[in-house]
Amino acid sequence: MIEFQGVSKVFDDGTRAVDDFTLVLPSHKTTVFVGSSGSGKTTLLRMINRMVDPTGGRILIDGEDIARLDPVRLRRRIGYVLQAAGLLPHRTVVDNIATVPRLNGVPRAQARAAARELLGTVGLEESLAMRYPNQLSGGQQQRVGVARALAADPNVLLMDEPFGAVDPIVRAELQQELNRLQRELGKTIVFVTHDIDEAFLLADQVVILKTGGVVAQVGTPGQILSEPAEDFVASFIGADAGKRQLYLQHRQGDGDVTLVVDGDGRPTGVLAGSPAAPGADPR
Amino acid sequence: MEFFLSALIWLVNPENYVPGSQSPLPISDRLIEHVLYTAICVLISAVIALPLGFYIGHTGRGRQFVISLTGGARAMPTLGLLMALSVFFGYFLSFTVTGFAAAFTALTILAIPSTLAGAYAGIESVDRTTVDAARASGMSEMQILAKVEIPLAMPLIIGGIRASVLQVIATAVVASYIGLGGIGRIISSGIGFNDNDRILGGALLVTILALVVDGMLALVQRFVSPRALRTPIFTPRAVRRETSDTRAASAGRRAVAEASADEGK
Repeated sequence: MIEFQGVSKVFDDGTRAVDDFTLVLPSHKTTVFVGSSGSGKTTLLRMINRMVDPTGGRILIDGEDIARLDPVRLRRRIGYVLQAAGLLPHRTVVDNIATVPRLNGVPRAQARAAARELLGTVGLEESLAMRYPNQLSGGQQQRVGVARALAADPNVLLMDEPFGAVDPIVRAELQQELNRLQRELGKTIVFVTHDIDEAFLLADQVVILKTGGVVAQVGTPGQILSEPAEDFVASFIGADAGKRQLYLQHRQGDGDVTLVVDGDGRPTGVLAGSPAAPGADPR
Repeated sequence: MEFFLSALIWLVNPENYVPGSQSPLPISDRLIEHVLYTAICVLISAVIALPLGFYIGHTGRGRQFVISLTGGARAMPTLGLLMALSVFFGYFLSFTVTGFAAAFTALTILAIPSTLAGAYAGIESVDRTTVDAARASGMSEMQILAKVEIPLAMPLIIGGIRASVLQVIATAVVASYIGLGGIGRIISSGIGFNDNDRILGGALLVTILALVVDGMLALVQRFVSPRALRTPIFTPRAVRRETSDTRAASAGRRAVAEASADEGK
């Protein structure tokens, strides 16, 4: 469990990134911070592994105040995945994955063997083990980044817009993979994104942030969709534009097909289970 | 052209390499001295400049100060510095030590700027995202420097040392002005005797030495750069082609290879 207690961060240049932020992030759940740039979401994330130190308040992990912990030791207990993967370009894929276990003193052969197993966990072929990062596609690099974060078997996984730099198809694939991994591993995941749909897909708990690290709403995707707390949230998730309320519609000439349309009457799909389009049905 | 040939003949004449010949001969002794002076000065300068450059590159502190300092040091005339230092050291050192102290100090000061610039520019050139990720993974600052920044900066670090070595080899001839050895000895004695073979021969020798050493360091530079980052000239084509995610293509290639292996039976 990660607890933020009245946490603030004012940078040296006077920018107030986070202001009196209090929240509990439950264990084994995925919490997604979502907001536009300048909302302090990355700052909040980086305070958990002390890449940024708060100027006020405190952060507890399982009841332990992290300000009293050595930052280097703390970071080795926490997995971290960032947007550009951030792999070490001069090391092979296995050695990248084995980074943290090696720092913790695990013998090289053992660390590499464990790293090869992790390749399978994140859905990569073992034949990639001896490649260098610049020989991989963006999606593969990102998977290696996830494997590296998992290598020391941390309880907490921090993900800073990890899928922001890959194309939409690969992104969708990686999102599904993350959901699968989370079902298997049950880590406490803190995920940062500016994509509300990504947040709804991955989150158990969504935190919508306004400029300056002010919380607009905290809740499950269902709660936020059904009851946006304020206009800002409604406009952020697109509810004010009628995009989040869907209706079923039958139209002439479509046969038995049930259309799903949004608030503006714009078709967004068909209802699953309704008969296929006329002509496709052999009857 | 005749001058040139005559100097070359002088340079390769075995008589000029007979041990125990009168100074400035044998040539081999002067050559060894020259290399030794260079090695010592570059080594001292590296011991000073590399840690300083790593510190500046890693922390970003003192950057402006050092840039202006090294810029100034580069404009310093080594010959003038040598003379000033030999007078200065002459006050409190014995006659024999003064020459060495002055020459090594002057040449070391000459070697520092390039090595320093290579070191801090090399560290600075490492992608900040990579460093950030290394730190977030739990590397200490020293581990980041030793395991990430220095390996990735190696080509630039060696490049800086390479430039220093060239400068010192070219400039170490001034050591003979204050009674030391090195190839400069051959040249200045040639000037004294009005012997063109020695003047030109000595100059040629310095040039050849510089080119050979530079070539060797170029190989070292290539050797120390991380394997994944070497320019693709030496990268086998197969590896390069597989860099993009082309599993199908490589499978196809395997099939072709197997087919041709079958034909061979």
